Amino acid sequence: MMFDVIVRNFSYLMGGLWITFQLSFFALLGGIGLGMLVGLGRLSKNPWIYYPTTIYVNLLRNIPLILVIFWFYFVMPVISGKSMDPFIAAVIAFVVFEATYFGEIFRAGYQTISKDLIAASYSTGMSYWQTSRYILIPIAFKRMMPSLITQAIVTFQDTSLAFVIGLPELVRRSSIVDNMEVRSIELYGFAALVYFIVCYIGSQISLYYENQARKVNLI
Amino acid sequence: MNLAYEFDWSVLWRDPYGLMLIKGLGMTIFLGSCAWIIAMVVGILVGTLRITKYRTLRFAGTFYVEFFRNIPLLVQMFFWFYAAPMLFGETLSRQINRLDYLAIYVSILGLGLYTASRIAEHLRAGFASIGQDQYQAVLSTGLSQLQMYRYVIIPYALRLAIPPITAEFLTVFKNTSIVMTIGVAELTFQSYQIDADTFHGLEATTGAMLIYLALGMTIVKFMDVIEKKYKIQGLVGR
Repeated sequence: MMFDVIVRNFSYLMGGLWITFQLSFFALLGGIGLGMLVGLGRLSKNPWIYYPTTIYVNLLRNIPLILVIFWFYFVMPVISGKSMDPFIAAVIAFVVFEATYFGEIFRAGYQTISKDLIAASYSTGMSYWQTSRYILIPIAFKRMMPSLITQAIVTFQDTSLAFVIGLPELVRRSSIVDNMEVRSIELYGFAALVYFIVCYIGSQISLYYENQARKVNLI
Repeated sequence: MNLAYEFDWSVLWRDPYGLMLIKGLGMTIFLGSCAWIIAMVVGILVGTLRITKYRTLRFAGTFYVEFFRNIPLLVQMFFWFYAAPMLFGETLSRQINRLDYLAIYVSILGLGLYTASRIAEHLRAGFASIGQDQYQAVLSTGLSQLQMYRYVIIPYALRLAIPPITAEFLTVFKNTSIVMTIGVAELTFQSYQIDADTFHGLEATTGAMLIYLALGMTIVKFMDVIEKKYKIQGLVGR
């Protein structure tokens, strides 16, 4: 094995990793933001909110992400009339797709808070906002933290699928270099190692939060 | 410049595209089913390794799960397809690359091994919810370690883990779409191919989405039946 191919193309490959991080950042920002709303919508008593959100979630969860990416890549030119930047198409597809997964995490998180707890905090004289700010949100977040981080890791891995619409992220760049130099073992091994390191650190952080929450009997 | 887009939904049934989608669906179901068999066998094995009393076996199980869980499936596929044959040396790798259905074998194996790591995790959670006294009770009846796992603990844990494993069964069919990147003609690949031929990718992918939706709903119904059949009586259901 000759690892000089990695050394020579290091900055090119790391540039790909940077795009992977950027895509992950926007996907998470949008996915978590929209997911919070989706989670609320799934608990709504208003049928005009509940049914559309539920259909949206169940629809997206049955369709492979690659197909969702393709679909947005194809639908954007139809709407705007001009061809689409793959990065923007990918961000939109990821936000729409990951929001359904984050939405279910938020729904589960909101649901774990008992009515007694809310009643107790009201009885101490706290207002609605104080209850939300000091009781509900901190507890719900501590409980959801492990699942949120796990889903963030999944999202980070999923961004590799933007490969299919030609976005030059880490996997795409590895394959471009591989096509020229035919060093598959080193290149895909390197990409795998980079993903492994980032995701392993992430999963250890998730584990830490899980143990923290367990220590104070939150789970 | 405004390119007015003209919809042409006939790409979903017109010759030869209708047949392409049906063939794609067939390939998706075939890949998913084969991968599932590998995933169950390997997953049960790895999941059980993680709770044995031997540290080396436990480590091997943990290593397997962490390895497959922390690398994107796409990278795994590329590695198995492009890089793995090279590991066997020049002459053998040339023979491997000459196999007719190499991409299909790689897809099934790659998808199966990946899904196995997820099943192993669910199974471990199932094992964790079985109390220590159960293990002792089994051993006190005179069964050996191996018999204990084979006849009591694994069937028990499997039934406890049925709901998450059900979800995994749905996921394996969705994940088959990734093997389009190594050129296997499954459903997503076919819809993309229709786009390449006709420039009507929007209709083709929308059609493929509907097919996945129908497939997904069929699987959920099927798994509902299995879940009811193997539910452990007396436990709180969903």
